[in-house]
Amino acid sequence: MYVAVKGGERAIDNAHAWLSEERRGDASVTELSVAQIREQMTLAVNRVMAEGSLYDPDLAALAIKQARGDLIEAVFLIRAYRTTLPRFGASRPMDTGTMACDRRVSATFKDAPGGQVLGPTFDYTHRLLDFKLAADGEVPPAPEAPEGAPPAKAPHIMEFLDREGLMQRDTDSKTLPRDLTREPLELPATRDLRLQALTRGDEGFVLGMAYSTQRGYARNHAFVAELRIGKVAVEMDIPELGFAIEIGEVELTECETVNQFAGSKTEPPQFTRGYGLVFGMSERKAISMALVDRALRWEELGEDNLGAPAQDAEFVLYHADNIQATGFLEHIKLPHYVDFQSELELIRKLRREAAAAAQDAPREAAE
Amino acid sequence: MTVETKEKTRDRQAWMGLLGRAEARDLARLWEGFGPLPAHEILRAPEIGGVMLRGRMGAVGDAFNMGEMSVTRCSVRLTDGPDGHAYVQGRSRDKALQAALTDALMQSDAADEVRAKLLDPLAEIESQRRASRAAKAAATKVDFFTMVRGED
Repeated sequence: MYVAVKGGERAIDNAHAWLSEERRGDASVTELSVAQIREQMTLAVNRVMAEGSLYDPDLAALAIKQARGDLIEAVFLIRAYRTTLPRFGASRPMDTGTMACDRRVSATFKDAPGGQVLGPTFDYTHRLLDFKLAADGEVPPAPEAPEGAPPAKAPHIMEFLDREGLMQRDTDSKTLPRDLTREPLELPATRDLRLQALTRGDEGFVLGMAYSTQRGYARNHAFVAELRIGKVAVEMDIPELGFAIEIGEVELTECETVNQFAGSKTEPPQFTRGYGLVFGMSERKAISMALVDRALRWEELGEDNLGAPAQDAEFVLYHADNIQATGFLEHIKLPHYVDFQSELELIRKLRREAAAAAQDAPREAAE
Repeated sequence: MTVETKEKTRDRQAWMGLLGRAEARDLARLWEGFGPLPAHEILRAPEIGGVMLRGRMGAVGDAFNMGEMSVTRCSVRLTDGPDGHAYVQGRSRDKALQAALTDALMQSDAADEVRAKLLDPLAEIESQRRASRAAKAAATKVDFFTMVRGED
């Protein structure tokens, strides 16, 4: 148990002053601007927005600067800020079918209608350090297709399997989703809550859980039917206007997986789906989310519980949040003097008793 | 709703959407060229808040909550003129005020001028940015073909 302590104000002030100095680093090296972080550390910014649950690249960049690049600390800052914002409402569900895709690949159909678009990807790079980046150097603009832009909208690849009836369908029942930032997460958690927890969950944790399903814990051989990244409009109903308007646009990564499914008591043999949708360009996270989403659906699909960690909603959902985890983990470094005193008393007492018993034992044996 | 009001609504949705998506610095620069802010009364001072963004399970199913987006809203009334409203992405109070004034002016006699000097250039900036990204994406389009494996 943590018991409040007093004192140490001057030490704390000095520690924070030193933190600021250390954050700045060597003053002879140019200071980083928030805009530089926003523009050049984009994927870190994306991660902080996704796990911080707030789409605002400027604030995420500021948080990364303030946190000295500690992304979980930055997520913490964003979460704290987010709670101070009045909520104006909720958007209409975003239509990823209208996405302006920077990237769109399918591992299941090589002739995906609309084509496979690699976008600005790390795939097929050799993962060799590029020492040119250590020197100054302007990058030439990326080539543009001579024929210009293709038709804006690309249909979801899943639609083609849907049409053949080989795919378990997701349907819109118009149910309002629950919000785990407004009410505590209770189990059993419906899929809306699970997806919310996963999209804001720690990337490393969700990746590890997803990887465990691939290695055989709740095996669900997944194909990436489609992975798309791009901008999607945000539309909201405005009460004072009486109609909906677009209030902005956000970059999203969406992953749809298709999984083998042999059928169950309630469902015929068909493909089933896992779904990932994450703020920003967050490919690893979106694929991981889709795999874990699929594993957590065992009950509604009538599959067996194999006792795998990724099938255990309580385990996954209660451990995915890196701010909750950090808070509980790190509080044990704060003063626990009173607690520890009693532990110390107890261990001394036990040792006295054990020593006394040891002294008595040979005497008893001798008698 | 009559056909005429439907069309008017669609038109207004289009410019409000354009203002919502615009970069604050682009709108500020265009307003500088446009002139001083018109006389107005503030109905709701620029206010920063959040909007919960929703996605759909499997892209087409039930909605779920993803996370919030920062949004600034503002409402104004032109002196002897119509009201203007704004809900715009980001935390720029200036952008929200300028967007609300633009919305109000678009419902006034100044609409043609505002469209020519503010909205058209804003739309041009957006369409150029989109076209450039789309053309770059198109340049990375691939055709994978399946090789016959070596084994028998």
